[in-house]
Amino acid sequence: MSKQEIIEIKVDELINRVMELMAGQWRLVQICASKIETLELSYSFGKNHDLVTLRIPSLTGQEEIPSITSIYFAAFAYENEIHDLFGINIKGNCIDYKGNFYNKAVKTPFNIG
Amino acid sequence: MGKQTIIPFGPQHPVLPEPIHLDLVCEDEKVVDVIPKIGFIHRGLEKLIEKKEFTDFVHIADRVCGICSFIHGMTYCMAIEGVMNIEVPPRAQYLRVIWSEFSRIHSHLLWLGLTADAFGFENLFMATWRIREHILDIIEETTGGRVIFGASKIGGTRRDISNDKLKDILKELEGIEAQIRECSEVFLKDSSVKSRLVGVGVLTKEDAYKLGAVGPMLRASGHDYDVRMSPYAAYQELDFVPVVENSCDSYGRCVVRIKELYQSCRLIEKAVAKIPEGAIETKIVGFPKGEYFARSEQPRGEVVYYVKGDGTKMLKRFRVRTPTFANLPPLLKVLTGCQLADVPILVLTIDPCISCTER
Repeated sequence: MSKQEIIEIKVDELINRVMELMAGQWRLVQICASKIETLELSYSFGKNHDLVTLRIPSLTGQEEIPSITSIYFAAFAYENEIHDLFGINIKGNCIDYKGNFYNKAVKTPFNIG
Repeated sequence: MGKQTIIPFGPQHPVLPEPIHLDLVCEDEKVVDVIPKIGFIHRGLEKLIEKKEFTDFVHIADRVCGICSFIHGMTYCMAIEGVMNIEVPPRAQYLRVIWSEFSRIHSHLLWLGLTADAFGFENLFMATWRIREHILDIIEETTGGRVIFGASKIGGTRRDISNDKLKDILKELEGIEAQIRECSEVFLKDSSVKSRLVGVGVLTKEDAYKLGAVGPMLRASGHDYDVRMSPYAAYQELDFVPVVENSCDSYGRCVVRIKELYQSCRLIEKAVAKIPEGAIETKIVGFPKGEYFARSEQPRGEVVYYVKGDGTKMLKRFRVRTPTFANLPPLLKVLTGCQLADVPILVLTIDPCISCTER
């Protein structure tokens, strides 16, 4: 099995951490939001067979998360998805569909109640 | 700048097997911008994990996609095995390779047929799908299902294939490969096919990396990344080397998929030659506690399964990042600047699977 590491970080550390990974030629694998009591964000990066995940835990949903699209352009699709399904505010997304990426019947279907 | 017209493409369109909507911003016949919209067939599978036992959820994971069903089920099992530190028996690892590669052959043949259909080459469409039927027959003989295999199980596989049957499969595969060779000659050499694919939808090596492309979309742009190079199932024992092309266009993606058909045949041959005797599953004890990311190579590219358990029989979080989702930014890139008539073929070159993407 490949090596996996999850590193907990704070919102204001995100951009610097992601820039370090970009400099180290890590590839963006996925961005995932989860709601288990509180919200959390997981940014996964791969290099060779290894996977590093930057985890921002304990989000209330009111915070503004800086977009990483200026570093990893492909993140725009994940960031739009997270905004549309979980209602997390992402600031500075290069391609922001403003809530119109997902066709949905309720506003933030993965973050109700 | 000429007058701009917005042309809606999808969610229902003859070339789309599944619904995605694209607003094509056009100046005359040239597409200058594309705005995508998904979510038409969202099934809430990620939420369903909270109501299904983690062992039963394999059947749901099998149904995430109707084309690469087995690999979805297997990757879900790999994620749970990662959380619970389960050692899968070697025979089951080889069976996983064999069924994964049959899935790939069936998926690539399906793609070749759909592509031929998209540019109006109906005979070629029928010829490729006829070959695909033989693959589906083998899948049915070994698993009981033609599309949904139901062969994945946490800790191994649900079924075994007898050694005699494996030898029969190799004989059948020889005949199938000869038919594939006949069809692929047309895809690779016919001028009408080339006129629709060569130089169309160029994605440079740099853009493919920057935009997060995966699978044949990435490898046709000169990158040698394939998850099968990493140690999962039994690939590390089969001298796997990824197929790479450097033309960066739609033709290159077609060539990668055709070469992967032959590569899958070789992998099945090697797996049959090396498959050890023994058990096909490890019994699981307890419930998953912890989290794990599992990755595997589907026909369309890298799939990522994330699971998180708290020591109960229900998982807390389940997430799938499908290859089609990762290939959306590259698709938007190749569509921008293309001719309107090339849109259907370009949408197809990523081999889109929207039901996977929307879970």
